[in-house]
Amino acid sequence: MILPAPRAILFILCVLIAAGGLAACDESDGSSSSSPNGSAVDGDVVVFAAASLTDAFAEIGEAFEAANPDANVTLNFGGSQELRTQLGQGARADVFASANATQMNLAVDAGVVDPASDIFAGNRLVVIVPAGNAVGLETLLDLANDGILLVLANEDVPVGEYARAFLEKASNDPAFRPDYADDVLANLVSEEPNVRQVAAKVQLGEADAGIVYSSDVTSDLTEDVETIEIPDALNEVAMYPIALTSEPENEAGARAFVAFVLSAEGQAILESYGFLPVQP
Amino acid sequence: MSVSVRTQRSPRAAVEVAVTGILVLTVVAFLGLPLVAIVERAISQTALLDAISSSDSTQALRLSLQTTTISLILILLFGTPVAYVLARARFPGRDVIDALIDLPIVLPPAVGGLGLLMAFGRQGLLGESLDDAGIEIAFTTTAVILAQTFVASPFYIRSAKAGFDSIDRDLEAVASTLGSSRFETFRRVAIPVAMPSLLAGAVMAWARALGEFGATIMFAGSFAGRTQTVPLAIYRELETGLDVPLALSTVLIVVSFGVLFVFRLLTRKAATGWGS
Repeated sequence: MILPAPRAILFILCVLIAAGGLAACDESDGSSSSSPNGSAVDGDVVVFAAASLTDAFAEIGEAFEAANPDANVTLNFGGSQELRTQLGQGARADVFASANATQMNLAVDAGVVDPASDIFAGNRLVVIVPAGNAVGLETLLDLANDGILLVLANEDVPVGEYARAFLEKASNDPAFRPDYADDVLANLVSEEPNVRQVAAKVQLGEADAGIVYSSDVTSDLTEDVETIEIPDALNEVAMYPIALTSEPENEAGARAFVAFVLSAEGQAILESYGFLPVQP
Repeated sequence: MSVSVRTQRSPRAAVEVAVTGILVLTVVAFLGLPLVAIVERAISQTALLDAISSSDSTQALRLSLQTTTISLILILLFGTPVAYVLARARFPGRDVIDALIDLPIVLPPAVGGLGLLMAFGRQGLLGESLDDAGIEIAFTTTAVILAQTFVASPFYIRSAKAGFDSIDRDLEAVASTLGSSRFETFRRVAIPVAMPSLLAGAVMAWARALGEFGATIMFAGSFAGRTQTVPLAIYRELETGLDVPLALSTVLIVVSFGVLFVFRLLTRKAATGWGS
């Protein structure tokens, strides 16, 4: 083992300490920027949003910044359960958009999110299989076939919870078998941390099937996957709530962002990405 | 004159000692605090033992033990001859291979995971051939072992190569003049003399395999008892509560520290043994 000279260590430490000091200064400068000025808002708006919102919220963020030139939207995407955990551990955010009520309620219970939330979008489940469909998955019943490699999100991820609810519903349907859910879950080979990871595993052709939201079948995905629709009677309609965090650093910006998501423009963007709008 | 020099230097020496001391303490505190914080929080929870003995935890611990053991065996088996060849043989492209072997150390594990998918995945370069041969890798424990071996083997090969490099060539020359074949010289001279380096490399590689996360979750997925090793279980369980993640982290910290510490004691003993 070769040890660097003590002087080199000293130098590296000095650089680290200096960098730390600069970062601290930077932080204290940035926090004093929230003054609503007419209708336009300014400053950073930090939004934690469910992974399924990745594409739609990226566009909503851009549209919001276009309408509020002095505002800057910072988006952090992940499984809703993961974002809720991050918020609970002290992550700073102004807005939380969850893919289900469970995670929103847990965040409210933890005291990190404002109890007043609005449903801003709906979503439906769909089964995806890799293009070419080498294993011949034609119907929902085929998901129970032996040897199918099925990937779902884990049961704490909203889409994982919805997917398991769909399987239960199907098991109680006369068109399926009572042990349908058990047989399908026996094919489960991986429990992913968010819906986009489920989609990626199917897109790569590693998995034979996955259950995602219809909004996840984006233009990037359509050439690599085929979809099997789930009938309305069995489908779970995901409801997405959005709320301010309990102590937003940029409250005016956060309120404006939520209002924008609920506005006709925001709803139109969500609809264009395959979400079900809630506002007429 | 020497006295005056000494009196001039002693205040400076005191400052040096003080500065060095502060730096050492800072580094020790910075590296140690997060680990101590985890262990402290885990112990102050009454549920620590329950959390460790929960089925989620024991499944993950068993899987990690099994996979890292197999990964280490593979690394020793294939890595030792490779390290010896790199230390001894001169051939074109040796430096390229040398750099290639070090690459996984500096690459993000996510790149490793993506690379493994592109090579061994079902749509990957070898995917069809593996499929024809009836070998399934996707979402199996095999994928976990491949990911661990990929990220951990450089740690062993580097150390082993350095060990072989430092052997006195005369020693091997003597062995061969006494009639040893190349393989016998390798087995009876090179391996014993380089043993401290081989052990050091093996310990580092095992510890790296134990901590492997990024390549595994990309390449092998996450399924309890099959591909969900301890680091993946920590990540997964963090979504439901802190008990199991804290408990599993504590086990990893204690085991890894124990292995590294015992290894240091052993090599020191070995080194002084050779010195005398």
